Amino acid sequence: MLKRTPLYQSHSDMGAKLVDFGGWEMPLHYGSQIEEHHQVRRDCGMFDVSHMQVLDISGSDSRNFLSHLVANNVDKLRIPGKALYSAMLNEEGGVIDDLIIYYMDESWFRIVVNAGTADKDIAWMEKQATGFSVEISPQRDLAMIAVQGPNAREKVWEALPGSRELTERLIPFSAVEMGTMFIARTGYTGEDGFEIMIPAKAAPFFWATLAEKGVKPIGLGARDTLRLEAGMNLYGQDMDEAVNPLEAGLAWTVDLKSERDFIGKAALLGRPLKYQLAGLLLLDRGVLRSHQKVSTSHGEGEITSGSFSPTLEQSIALARIPREVPAGEEVRVMVRDKLLRAKVVKYPFARNGKSLI
Amino acid sequence: MNIPGNLKYTASHEWVRLEDDGTVTVGITDHAQSLLGDMVFVETPEVGRKVSKGEECAVVESVKAASDVYSPISGEIVAINGDLDGSPEKINEDAFSAWMFKMRPDNAADLGALLDAAAYQSIVESEAH
Repeated sequence: MLKRTPLYQSHSDMGAKLVDFGGWEMPLHYGSQIEEHHQVRRDCGMFDVSHMQVLDISGSDSRNFLSHLVANNVDKLRIPGKALYSAMLNEEGGVIDDLIIYYMDESWFRIVVNAGTADKDIAWMEKQATGFSVEISPQRDLAMIAVQGPNAREKVWEALPGSRELTERLIPFSAVEMGTMFIARTGYTGEDGFEIMIPAKAAPFFWATLAEKGVKPIGLGARDTLRLEAGMNLYGQDMDEAVNPLEAGLAWTVDLKSERDFIGKAALLGRPLKYQLAGLLLLDRGVLRSHQKVSTSHGEGEITSGSFSPTLEQSIALARIPREVPAGEEVRVMVRDKLLRAKVVKYPFARNGKSLI
Repeated sequence: MNIPGNLKYTASHEWVRLEDDGTVTVGITDHAQSLLGDMVFVETPEVGRKVSKGEECAVVESVKAASDVYSPISGEIVAINGDLDGSPEKINEDAFSAWMFKMRPDNAADLGALLDAAAYQSIVESEAH
């Protein structure tokens, strides 16, 4: 039996094509994935991301615990509401999950983890919490709706009385509480917008109100092409427990400079780096897909995420290739039974409605 | 479910239309396009290529996945639909008019082995369960 979010009925009523997504029955699209993608880049759209798990960390040791638990430095979080993206590593330095931490006060940090890894994450955190005065509380009756696109904030303000005053000056990558709701200026599309946590019972009404204001529902299909264009990693594809975050484009989130120790740090310091995560732009006709083999001047690599980019109207990918391969090099990718030409590029590929290539 | 009664079908979701001049026109069904989603790339076979029944002879790629198209009969490719090159979305818009290729059958009797609309419909329904 697949799990359903509080918005399942709304999706069904709106004609969603529902698929099994890591044990959750989720909307893949509501008609056309490509149109939904453009809708977000050009106007705005809403995503049900209630399958993701919200965890609250409370207790006097919250900051110390997180400082030990994650690779990024929670000491960057000093202003209430500020968010931090981080990887959570195992002792070998592999990525257990990637997550967002919101700092609300010294005894309340809110974390959002991936759906497919939530149980594993909670078990790991519980185990690491020994000796710390903290409590880890999964918020299982919170739904989450992401509204993304250049007009997203305006639409939320129209749909949610009182939210404009509260969030107009909210800076990117920060959050604020609004009654029983939690509004964050974060997302996974490369566009401006909000991610809004709301009690499950109230979610269908809020979703319907956004729809009345003209916000179109967007499925997980477009969510994937949007995040790929924006150059954002997807857990399980671009990194996992066997992958070094420094070879997965996550070096900017791993704090090796400070004195602080964290789980996985020693392993990372002792390991030579062989790979980088690079962008690929397909020059021939076809579509790049994950697991396709890449041949470069410095050896073999592999595509971790590949698809058709609706914004660029050509196929793009993230690929793990040898570190020495420079941007601009032409490489070969085995696409089905053919060797096709692709160019190594710096990503992101597109953000804020525009191609960056 | 849109399954025109005047066409023949394969279990691998191709539709086949018998033309007056003895050739057959081949495309993928509406059910197939709906499973694949937005098409972004179509690779058609070379005109003049000889193919056997069940042989992979074209590829359709959607945003989601790539899928082979199989020859419904043995014969020679005599024409391809060049329109699909720049407009693969035509398959999503109307799968039964967005044909992919035409073939001349080696043996007209092979056509008898294709499915009629009712038989194809029951295959689609059984896949749904």
